[in-house]
Amino acid sequence: MRNFIISLSAVVFGLIGGAILMAVTGHDPMEGYRFLFQGGLKNISRFGDTLATGTPLIFTGLSVAFAFRTGLFNIGAAGQMLFGGFCASIIGLKLDASGAVLIPLMIIAAILGGAVWAFIPGLLKARFNVHEVVSTIMMNWIAYWTIYYAVPAYLKAESVETESRALPDKATLKAAWLSDMFGGSYVNMGLFLAVIVVIIIAFIINKTTLGYELKAVGFNRHSAEYAGIGVNRSIILSMLISGALAGLAGLAQYAGNGNNIQIGVLATQGYDGIAVALLGANSPIGVLVSALFFGLLYSGRGFMNAMTDIPPEIADSIIAIIIYFAATSVLMNRVITWFLGRRRANAGSAVSGKGKV
Amino acid sequence: MEFVVEMLNIRKEFPGVVANDDITLQLRKGEIHALLGENGAGKSTLMSILFGMYQPDRGTIKVRGEQVKIANPNVANKLGIGMVHQHFKLVSNFTVTENIILGNELKRGLALNIKGAARRIEELSKRYGLNVDPYAKIEDISVGMQQRVEILKMLYRDAEVLILDEPSAVLTPQEIDELIKIMKGLVAEGKSVIVITHKLKEIKAAADRCTVIRRGKTIGTVDVATTSELQMAEMMVGRSVTFKVEKKPSQPGDVILKLEGLTVNNNKNVPGLKDFNLEVRAGEIVGIAGVEGNGQSELVEAITGLRKSEAGRIILNGQEITSHSIRNRINNGVAHIPEDRQKRGLVLDYTLEENMILQVYKREPFSKRGILNKGAIRKYASGILESFDVRSGRGPVSVSRSLSGGNQQKAIIGREIELDPSLLIAVQPTRGLDVGSIEYIHKRLIGHRDRGKAVLLISLELDEVINVSDRIAVVNNGELIGIVNAAETNENEIGLMMAGVGKGGDQ
Ligand SMILES: Nc1ncnc2c1ncn2[C@@H]1O[C@H](COP(=O)(O)OP(=O)(O)O)[C@@H](O)[C@H]1O
Ligand SMILES: [Mg+2]
Repeated sequence: MRNFIISLSAVVFGLIGGAILMAVTGHDPMEGYRFLFQGGLKNISRFGDTLATGTPLIFTGLSVAFAFRTGLFNIGAAGQMLFGGFCASIIGLKLDASGAVLIPLMIIAAILGGAVWAFIPGLLKARFNVHEVVSTIMMNWIAYWTIYYAVPAYLKAESVETESRALPDKATLKAAWLSDMFGGSYVNMGLFLAVIVVIIIAFIINKTTLGYELKAVGFNRHSAEYAGIGVNRSIILSMLISGALAGLAGLAQYAGNGNNIQIGVLATQGYDGIAVALLGANSPIGVLVSALFFGLLYSGRGFMNAMTDIPPEIADSIIAIIIYFAATSVLMNRVITWFLGRRRANAGSAVSGKGKV
Repeated sequence: MEFVVEMLNIRKEFPGVVANDDITLQLRKGEIHALLGENGAGKSTLMSILFGMYQPDRGTIKVRGEQVKIANPNVANKLGIGMVHQHFKLVSNFTVTENIILGNELKRGLALNIKGAARRIEELSKRYGLNVDPYAKIEDISVGMQQRVEILKMLYRDAEVLILDEPSAVLTPQEIDELIKIMKGLVAEGKSVIVITHKLKEIKAAADRCTVIRRGKTIGTVDVATTSELQMAEMMVGRSVTFKVEKKPSQPGDVILKLEGLTVNNNKNVPGLKDFNLEVRAGEIVGIAGVEGNGQSELVEAITGLRKSEAGRIILNGQEITSHSIRNRINNGVAHIPEDRQKRGLVLDYTLEENMILQVYKREPFSKRGILNKGAIRKYASGILESFDVRSGRGPVSVSRSLSGGNQQKAIIGREIELDPSLLIAVQPTRGLDVGSIEYIHKRLIGHRDRGKAVLLISLELDEVINVSDRIAVVNNGELIGIVNAAETNENEIGLMMAGVGKGGDQ
């Protein structure tokens, strides 16, 4: 509840900040926001696009949030995503099978690819106490260069040197019926996969002994060790799961929303996952909602840009302000505590003697 | 008689707890006034109110006869009230001077006048016998000196009323003597002191008057000179207490724990425990006496598996466990009340109920095929909390961090005893607790023994080791100096052995 208020006020502050920016640059904020939200919600097809834009963010947000809940700061989602997507693409391009066989195999490949990429920082942390922030960033660049050479060498498109061959439709998450239902939007099965994974992760975190162990290690590795929980094993396992989630983001991005991999690009969704996790207060449901909200901002941004002369950077600034307020949630927490305390004190003196508030 | 501070009929409620309920405390000018109460009685809350950190729900505060409203610590400072908190609030990589002037900087133009401040600090330090180097860094000085820095901080702000929240909890016996001298020096210079403690000896040695509170209510204010320690203890816990530990002679049974030639390295990677031999039998409490840092931690960590042993064998119930995993040892009947309850004993951000299953969450009924059973966990945790009288705001769903230290400790002890271990290792189980809780914990340890289990007690308090144990093993410099029967020894003999003077090894 309190987290919800914090996130909501971060959003409100972000929107107010954006409005001020629009106003001082000589634009009409109301008009700007009208087009921003229309761009994401105006009709069923735009709404579908918003959902699709949010889908990879659900996975990367979950990846960061899961690591965070277990005491790790995974900022390597971009690299894990890229490598996971690459592994899935190999299956999709090289294996000649029906969609019913290909898709599950690609899901597994994406999971394994992302997990492998996160395993290395996990191992380094567990064995040598190398901080995961450093090693996951390094792994991002290793993924970047690996793809840079591997895609032209093995998955090259016929004419273009800088991207992989397009996946056949059967080897993507696209579903014609879904697309039709949303008026031709590029929303795809990735969304359903994301919702299922959100539920699974929420279940793991809250209801299982595994989640209990991983959170204990995240909060206090000394007491976890004291209780006989394998601390190193838990760290590696957390990173594996976090990486697997980012790998699925790669599947959703490169074989769902898109159908190929471009070289020389680390997907922005990797870093945006941090913002999504922050705004979602690291809870799976929170991540789902905040990812879709970011999806809305990103997909509305283009429309706002097309319909007005408000620069798209304003939308980025709004996101930045929101992140800022979500990140300073400790401060927000204080403000809320103070505010509630005052209200309670007032209420208390009004009904004094009525017992507990 | 003139009162500098009067707190009258103070009430303060936190969600779910009435921390202060109609408390009255009147401080005379120039006295040392002790505030005595069990853990969680509401002492820190009361003093935080006086220091302006909380606002009372009801009641009035008068300073020098005038009613005041202390909205925040700045107002308290202006009124001449200073406070040293239970946990110091110093910046560790700043110097003493920088810490003291923080928020109260003496400026010459725009620049900080550090030299001038340091000079004044030096003067104050001399005048009150504090012996603090203004240029030393906080991280380099002892806890005792850090505390004196906190006291200086108050004096630097011209405090007339000084509040010390459990100042002796973190000090060695010598440092405590020094602190008492310092407090007496302060009142000699006309200051007034309120000191929170539950060590009755210190109250006797230092205080003029003592106000006792229990569960948020004032029980009374007494003259220390004419009141015995026992009387004060009884006021505090609300029933008669005995300082002697009641117990029947032990009836040792089978050997539960056997250490053979155990050698364990310390953090510097040299042997901290050397060729150590010991037996602990069912139905007896073996105490380990020794000055801090003479191999006790290495001993405990080797038995529990937190540290690997270099040589020798650890045998539990006839089975060698020298290289078993921690969890394996727990499952085979080793339980451990750790020395540092916040670092090891609890996951402070977990709720109490989550902490109560820290070792057993994988067992039925707490989980089945990897899925937690919240109902069973709640029931189990509530049982422990109730039977060990753990007081908290919201019962099993309280976040452990929000509990007072004593209640955290009781929760840990409850959890470990509930495991019904064949070997219970208790390290400093009563550190920082009040007499009522100490008495209770000793009873539970002895009760565990009487159920035919083995207890290994490690404590730095000689009283405790002698009163609770059946046999005492004395360590010095990582070596076993000798073993004596608790009933046939005294502090002198043990003190000598602790200093390394051997006793013919009657094992
Ligand atoms: N900030 C707080 N919020 C909620 N409960 C609190 C808070 N501070 C103290 N309490 C509760 O109030 C009671 C009194 O605490 P405290 O004044 O710290 O006791 P003492 O200092 O005598 O050990 C305890 O039950 C404690 O859990
Ligand atoms: Mg206290």
